[in-house]
This record gives sequence, C-alpha cells and structure tokens, in this order.
Amino acid sequence: MKVIKNILNFYIDGFKNMSAHSKKLWVIILIKLFIMFFILKLFFFKNFLNSKFDNDKDKSDYVIEQLIN
Amino acid sequence: MEHLDIGLVDWSRAQFALTALYHWIFVPLTLGLSFIVAFMHTLYYKTRNEKWKNLTKFWMKLFGINFAIGVATGIILEFEFGLNWSNYSWIVGDIFGAPLAIEGILAFFLESTFIAVMFFGWDRVSKKFHMLSSWFVAFGSNLSALWILIANAWMQNPAGTQFNLDTARNEMTSFFDVALSPTAVSKFLHTVSQAYIIGSLFVISVSAWYILKNRHIIFAKKSILIASVFGLIASVATAVTGDSSAYDVAKHQPMKLAAMEGLYDGERNASLYVIGVINGNKDNTNFTGIKIPSLLSIMAFRDANAFVPGINDLVNGNEKEGIPSAETRIEKGKIAIQALADYKKAKAEENEASMNESIKLFKANEKHFGYGYFKNKWDIVPNVPLTFYSFHVMVGLGLFFGLLFIWLLWASLKGKLEDSKLLLKISVWSILLGYIATELGWIVAEVGRQPWTIQDLLPVGVSTSHISTGNVQATFFMFLVLFTALLIAEIKILITQIKKGPEKGGNHV
Repeated sequence: MKVIKNILNFYIDGFKNMSAHSKKLWVIILIKLFIMFFILKLFFFKNFLNSKFDNDKDKSDYVIEQLIN
Repeated sequence: MEHLDIGLVDWSRAQFALTALYHWIFVPLTLGLSFIVAFMHTLYYKTRNEKWKNLTKFWMKLFGINFAIGVATGIILEFEFGLNWSNYSWIVGDIFGAPLAIEGILAFFLESTFIAVMFFGWDRVSKKFHMLSSWFVAFGSNLSALWILIANAWMQNPAGTQFNLDTARNEMTSFFDVALSPTAVSKFLHTVSQAYIIGSLFVISVSAWYILKNRHIIFAKKSILIASVFGLIASVATAVTGDSSAYDVAKHQPMKLAAMEGLYDGERNASLYVIGVINGNKDNTNFTGIKIPSLLSIMAFRDANAFVPGINDLVNGNEKEGIPSAETRIEKGKIAIQALADYKKAKAEENEASMNESIKLFKANEKHFGYGYFKNKWDIVPNVPLTFYSFHVMVGLGLFFGLLFIWLLWASLKGKLEDSKLLLKISVWSILLGYIATELGWIVAEVGRQPWTIQDLLPVGVSTSHISTGNVQATFFMFLVLFTALLIAEIKILITQIKKGPEKGGNHV
C-alpha cells in the first residue's frame, strides 16, 4: 500500500509542480484525446464490420463475398 | 471490378496519407531526440556537472512537448482501418494483432511509465534510476516503432503466414518469419536511423539559431557537437540500411524499384540515376540525367551483370529473363479467385472432393491472387514520376545531411562555429529539409508499392469498405482542420520554449 501511495504522490506532485506552459500543454492533449475518442471514434469512425455483423462467421462470409464478386 | 470506386479509394488513400504523414512529423523527432536526451543525461550522471543538467533539461522539455502533442495520433490510423479499410483489416487481422498487441503492452507501458519518472524524477528518485529512465524512454519509443514497422513490412513482403479460405484471414505460421523477415529488419533499421538524423537536425537547428542570435553560446556549441556526432553515425547507418532496403525491394517489389529509378526497359549493368528528370514526354516514360553505370544492378542484386527488370518487362513479361507478364498473372489470379468461390460453394454443399480440388487450385495460384482483380495490365504500375522524384530527392538530401554533419563537426572541433555564418544559416533550415526527406521516404515506400495494400495479394480497390465517398471526404477535412490546429499549437509552444531558452544559467552554459 505504501508503495502505491508513494507512486500516486509522485505523479500528483509532478503534475502539481508543472509550469504554466506544461499545464497548457496538458489541456491541449486532453482536448485532442476527447475529440479523438469521444467525437471522432464514437460518431464518425465506427468499425464497419462490427457495426454490420455480430459474429466472426458473418464477417468472414461478408469479406469472402467481397473477394469473389 | 465491382469494388473499384475510384473516388472512394482515392479519398481513403488521401486520408490515410494525410494522417500517416502527419503522424510522422512527431515520431522521428521522438525517436531521435530521446537518445540525444539520454546521452546528455548520462553525461550529467557521470560528471554531476550542472551544465549537462541544464542541457538535458532543456532538450527534455522540447522532447516532452513533441511527445505530448504527437501522442496517440497513430491511433487515428487504426480508426481508418476499421471504417475505411474493413476488408483489408479483416484479412490482415491475425497478423497485425500480435505485433500491435505487443507494442501496446510492452513498449507503450515501458515508454509511458518511464517518461513520468524522466520528467518528474529530478531530485525525487536516485540519480542512477533517473538517468536509466531516460534510456528506457528512448528504448521504449524505438520498441514501439519496431512492432508497427514489422506490421508495415509484412504488407510489403507477406512472409510467415497462410490464407485461410474458411475465414478469409491470413494466419501466422511463424512469428519469427513475420518479425525477422529481411524486409522487417531493414525497414526498422532504416526508419529509426533516419529518425536519429531528424533528432540531430532539430538540436542543430535550434542551437545554430542561438549562436546566430548570440545567445546561450556554450550551451549551443555543446549541443551541436553531440548532435553532429550522433547525426553522422546515423547518416552512415541510414545509407547502409537504405542499401539493404533497396536490395530487399528488388527481391520482393521489383515494380517499386523500377519506378524508383524510372526504369522502363530492363537491362543488365543497369545504371543508377544521380540526378534525373522526366524528359517532357507526356507519358512520363522518358527520363534523362546523370547515371552511374552498373550501380543499379549492384544495388539490386550485388552483381554488376545482373538483369534489373523494368516496368515494361513486369507488365509485358520477359520470357528470356523468366519474368511472367501481368496478363499471365491476372489470369492466374482469376483462377485463384474462382477457386475461392468454388470452395465456398462446395463447402455449402458439403462436397469434400470438390473442396479439396478448390484448395489445390487456390494454392497453386495463390501468389497471383491479387492480380485477378485487375482489368488492365497497366493497373499494376504505381505513380512513376512521384516515386522517382521522391526517391532521388530523399537520397540527395541524405547525402547533404552527411556532409552537413561533417562540416559542423569540423567547425566545432576547430572552434570556428561562430565564424561560419553560412553554415549556421544552413543549419537553422536543415530541420525542414530533414522533414522533407523523411516524409519523402514514406512516399517512396507507400506510393511505390501501389496498387497493393498487401503485395501481390490484395489491391487497394478490394481493401476498402462499402461506405460513401462523402463520409470519407468529411472526415478527411475534419482531420485536416484538427491536425493543422494541433500543428500550429505545437510549433507555437516549441517556439516559445526555444525563445525562452535553457532555464538557469543559460547565458553561461
């Protein structure tokens, strides 16, 4: 437990003592990650095969159809 | 070919090219700068000299900005695989799964754990552990690149796998054949060594600017000395690994090699262009320039007398040299595709004899499978002028960087750096040339292997999903806006930090 607490403190202190520029950088990173995972991935980049089929067999059949037709 | 919606394929390709080229702005700087920082950190650890500490901290800060802005940009490529390239993703799934999982578990965690120690660890962990954490970050970053490049190399040379007719997936038969194929080894070594050149050029560019501005002179001189040595070693490594890459391309992707050299009619004692241009022919088939006799044959086959096939040989065939025509391969590819269809039908009818016959026929023609999707034999030719110019400008810039590092090293050791204004001005701009060269390297690798996503097995036209072109166009422009904004943010933050300079004692360091 003490080790985990020390590691957590290490990170918390590290983030607390960051310069203003570094904090601004983290804001940019978080905005970027939010746009990527919560907007682009969820609304614009759904996995094509997963969104159409429930299991691997159906996905295989579909792709084979694409390959032979 | 029913699949081939040129608009959709081209927009999907454009989007992938945009994201890959953008991602590659951050990656080489991370790979290169991480080792320079680790080396400086080691000098500080050994000497306990505060000057080395300031040097390490400053470059570590710029490394951190680049790492932070670039982090996870590669994941966008995986989004695109899932949406735009679903057929391809399904077919390669089992091959990409292992390397990318190892990348995620091993390298990324190694990198992200130790990067926190590297940044937050000053005076909080032992000096030795702190210094080692810088090396772990450097090795972790490079290890991440290794697995991605193994996956890319497999597309250029699909070794160690077999196609499963039941699942339409390539399955790994030998992990080592995939991970240690000559294509993977030379691709990894060539890619990381040129990334070290980018790291060196970045340090040199910023430091040269300081000297021109008469700021942080000693700091800048020390940085240039270290970066020049690292850059020179990396330049030699890049040349050697580039040569082994070309040797590998000659074996597995002869069309790419022919496009790189603008070679239409194959020959023995084939020459290599030092400088060449398209000679005004509307078909772009006529190149002219200064050539070195026999060098292409030596580079491709280690034999001056070896026959290097040209584009016409690969399209029309060359019986004398044992090269089949594209039309022959298209016919064999069609047989393989029909065998896959027959296998599916026989399986549904539970006709085992017919299934075995289809498997046999498929295996006999499997290596031509992808050709079966082409209607025209000339479809197998990539964009020759783009590949040719990209290759030659990249090689020319690579030679220039080697000479620049030698010049800088000489001026540093002779104490003439401050007097060499021309050298300093060239050095400031060299980072831009470095980025041009490294991006061109990817253009050679990826444009040169068109029309394939998997060499000889799967063309781009069959790899894409059945989605609307408008969808891909919309996300293309979304990325363009997002990436441009992020790039502006990064450059702005970097410039602010560079103008600010090293934290303390900067004028004297």
